[in-house]
Amino acid sequence: MKKDVIEASHAIAEAVKLVKPGVVAAYPITPQTHIVERISEFVANGELKSEYIRVESEFSAISACLGASATGVRTYTSTSAQGLALMFEILYIVAGMRLPVCMTVANRAMSAPINIWNDHQDSIGVRDCGWIQFYAETAQEAFDLTIMQYKISEDKRVLTPSMVCIDGFTLSHLYEPVAMPGEEEIDAFLPEYTPYHAILDPEEPLTLGPIGFPSHYMELKKTQVDAIDNSINVIKEVFHEFSKKFKVEIPGNRPENYDVIESYKLDDAEIAFVALGSICGTIKEFVDDLRKSDEKVGLLKVICYRPFPMEDILNSLKNVEKIIVLEKTVSPGAEPPLYTELRSLFYEALEKPEIRGFIVGLGGKDVNFEKIKKIYDMVKKGKGKKVEWVF
Amino acid sequence: MAILGLPEEEFFSYGHRACAGCGAAIAIRLITKAAGKNSIIVEPTGCMEVTSTPYPETSWKVPWIHGAFENSAAIASGISEALKYLGKADKINIVVIAGDGASYDIGFGHLSGAFERGHNFTYICYDNEAYMNTGIQRSGSTPYAASTTTSPAGKMSIGKAEWKKDITHILAAHGSRYVATASIAYPNDAFRKIKKAIETKGPTFVNLFATCPTGWRVPSEKSIEVARLAVETGVFPLYEIENGKHKLNRPRDPDKLKPIEEYLKIQGRFKHLFKPKKRTDVIEEMQKRVKENIEMLLRYEKYGL
Amino acid sequence: MINFESLKLKVNEKEVTIGAILKSDGSTAKLKTGSWRVRRPVFNFEKCVGCGTCWVFCPEGCIKKREDGKFEPDYDYCKGCGICSEECPVKAIEMVMEER
Repeated sequence: MKKDVIEASHAIAEAVKLVKPGVVAAYPITPQTHIVERISEFVANGELKSEYIRVESEFSAISACLGASATGVRTYTSTSAQGLALMFEILYIVAGMRLPVCMTVANRAMSAPINIWNDHQDSIGVRDCGWIQFYAETAQEAFDLTIMQYKISEDKRVLTPSMVCIDGFTLSHLYEPVAMPGEEEIDAFLPEYTPYHAILDPEEPLTLGPIGFPSHYMELKKTQVDAIDNSINVIKEVFHEFSKKFKVEIPGNRPENYDVIESYKLDDAEIAFVALGSICGTIKEFVDDLRKSDEKVGLLKVICYRPFPMEDILNSLKNVEKIIVLEKTVSPGAEPPLYTELRSLFYEALEKPEIRGFIVGLGGKDVNFEKIKKIYDMVKKGKGKKVEWVF
Repeated sequence: MAILGLPEEEFFSYGHRACAGCGAAIAIRLITKAAGKNSIIVEPTGCMEVTSTPYPETSWKVPWIHGAFENSAAIASGISEALKYLGKADKINIVVIAGDGASYDIGFGHLSGAFERGHNFTYICYDNEAYMNTGIQRSGSTPYAASTTTSPAGKMSIGKAEWKKDITHILAAHGSRYVATASIAYPNDAFRKIKKAIETKGPTFVNLFATCPTGWRVPSEKSIEVARLAVETGVFPLYEIENGKHKLNRPRDPDKLKPIEEYLKIQGRFKHLFKPKKRTDVIEEMQKRVKENIEMLLRYEKYGL
Repeated sequence: MINFESLKLKVNEKEVTIGAILKSDGSTAKLKTGSWRVRRPVFNFEKCVGCGTCWVFCPEGCIKKREDGKFEPDYDYCKGCGICSEECPVKAIEMVMEER
C-alpha cells in the first residue's frame, strides 16, 4: 500500500498499471491526455508490459480495443467529449458484442462552440449505448473504480463494457491524497482475464459480429439489456468485496463501503441534493455548513448511473420532502436527463416529494459554494421555475 | 490435396447468400485458401459480410470478426497487438477482407494509420468498384464514366466524372514491403500474391479485382471473362511493388493491348458510351490513359523504382 | 476454452447466444441455394479432362472432384450462374433451362 498526493489522472494511470491490460489504445484529447501519457511512460520504462497502440483517432482507439478484447486480452482506453462522440458507433457495437472493454471518460463539454472544460454532456449523451457508467467524486474513487470496473465488466454474468467518468480539469487535474494497494493485493482481487464467450483463435474458430435479421435482433438485444439490468447485483458484490479487502486509508476521500449510491446525511434530511461526480464534494461542504444551523439537508451522490439504481435511490430519498437535482448537462427540447429520471422514479410514490432541476456548470462554469447556496435558497423559498439555469 | 496448384480445402462454405456469379465470393475462396486454417479474418460491413453471416448461420470455418464498416484496419491493429501480448505474434495470419467502399473511402484514414504504425497484417480489398451491398453506389474505386446509382449517366452526366483512386501506390508510399494488384480471372497469380503478402512481415496490401455481375450489368456467366478483359485491355494491370520496386506482370506491351472498347461494351454500366451515340471522345481518352499507365509502370520497373 | 453450450440463452421461445457468437462451422450449408436456379449446368463427363477450371471459378465452391478425377457440381447449392460453362476450356458444360 502506498499513499501519495497525486493528480487524479495519474492515479488512474497507476490503477491501469495494476490492472495490467494487454492492449492500451491512446489518442490525445484534453483533458484526459495526462492519463495516457503517464501510461506510456510506464510502458517505456518496462513497468507495464502492455502493447501500446498510438492510434490515429479515437474511433480507431475503441476499434483497436474491440479487436484486442475479441482476441482475448484486457484492454484500456481513455477519452473526452469529441473523442467519445467519435466513438459513438463503436460503443454500441462493443456493448452488443458483449466485450468487456473498459475506459475512462474525462468529462468535457460538447462542441459547438468548442470548449475543453468540464460538464457531463459527453457521457450522459451516450447513456443509451449499453455501457455501464460510474461517476467518481475524488481521485481515490477514480483509482478504486478503475480497478473495480474490470472485475465487474469481465464477470460472466455481466460481460458489459464500462466507463469511469471523472470531471475534466475539476477532478482529472486535481492533486489529492490517494492510497494505492500494491501489485500482489490487486492481483488477489482481480485475477488474470479469461475470455468467457469470445475469442479469436484458430484452435477454436468462432464467428463474431454476424448480421441480426428482424427474426433475431430483438431477442439478442434483450439478452444484452437483461445483462446490464442485472449487473447491478454484481456491481454491489464487487463494491462490497473491494471495501472489505481495501479499507479507508485516508479519511473522507471515499465511502467506507462502496455502493451504487452514497447517502450523505440523508437519514433525517428534509431537503436532498442529487448529483454526479466531483460537484458532490462541494455539496457535501455546503451540507455540513447548513447542518451547523440545524438545517435538515443531505446529499444523494449517484456513483453508478447505468444501470440506474432505482430501488436504492427511491429507498434513500423516501422521507425527503424536496429534491434538488444539479445537472451538468441538457437535453435540448426537453427537461434534463437526471431530473427526468428522478421524476419518473417517484411517479408511483404515494407521497411525492417536490423535485427541482438545476442546470449548472456547462462548459466548465464553476459551481461554487455561493451558487449552491443560491439554489438552496431558491428551493427553500419556493422561488423559480421547475427547471432553472444557474449561470 | 491440390487442384490447379491450389489447396482443395474450403474455408468458406456454400449456402452463402451472394448473387449467382459473384466475383467477390470467388475472391473469398482464393483468399481463404491462401490464408489457411491458421488465420483470423477481419471483415467490414459489405456484401461478403452480410451474405456470409446470416445469424444464426455462418459460412466461415475460421475465426472471423466483423465490427463496423470503416474500422477493419483498426480492429486488425488491436488483434495484432493482442496476439503480441499473448506471445503469439507472427504465428497467426491476420487477414482483412474488405470491399472497395470500406477501403478506398470510409476506412481510408484508418487503413493509412494502421499501415503507418506497421502492424503485421494483410489487407485484401475485393474491388468490385462501387458500394454494391447498398445497391451500386459510386465509390472512390469506381472507374471513370461508369454509371452507378449516385453517379448515373444522363444528359448532363458521363457517369462518374473522376478517375479511379490509386490506392495501391498510396499504400506503397507508406513503406509497405509488399503491395500488389490481382484479379479473380488469374487465380494462380492472385493466390501467389496473397500468400506472399501474408508471409511478408508488416502491413501488406493486395487489391483483388472482383467482378460484380449485378452491379456492372453483366450476365452472371461472364464474371471471369470481364475480369480477364480488364487485365488484357490494361484497364486493371497486374503488378507488384516489393520493397519499393515495381514489377509489371501483365499486360506488358502497351502497343498490343486489347482495345478498351471490348471491355466496355459488354458491361451495362458503360452502355451509355455506345447508345444512343457512340462516345468516341470518351473512349479514346480512356484508352489513352490506360496506355500511359502501362508505360508508366514499365518505366518504374525499368528504373528500379 | 470457450464452453459454447453455456453461451446459449432462450428468449421468446428462440435460442440465441451471448453477443450473437457463432461457431465457425460453415452452417450456411443448411440453406440449399440450388433452389435459386433458373438454368442448370449439365456436365459431359466424356469431354471433361479434369483440369479443375470449373472448380476454381465456382462462387459457391460446390463443384467437387470425383474419384475418377473429373468434376461434378452439387445441385443442392448450384445457383446456375453459368461461369463453369463459360470458362470450361473443352466446352464440356452446357447450361439448360431448369425444369420445374
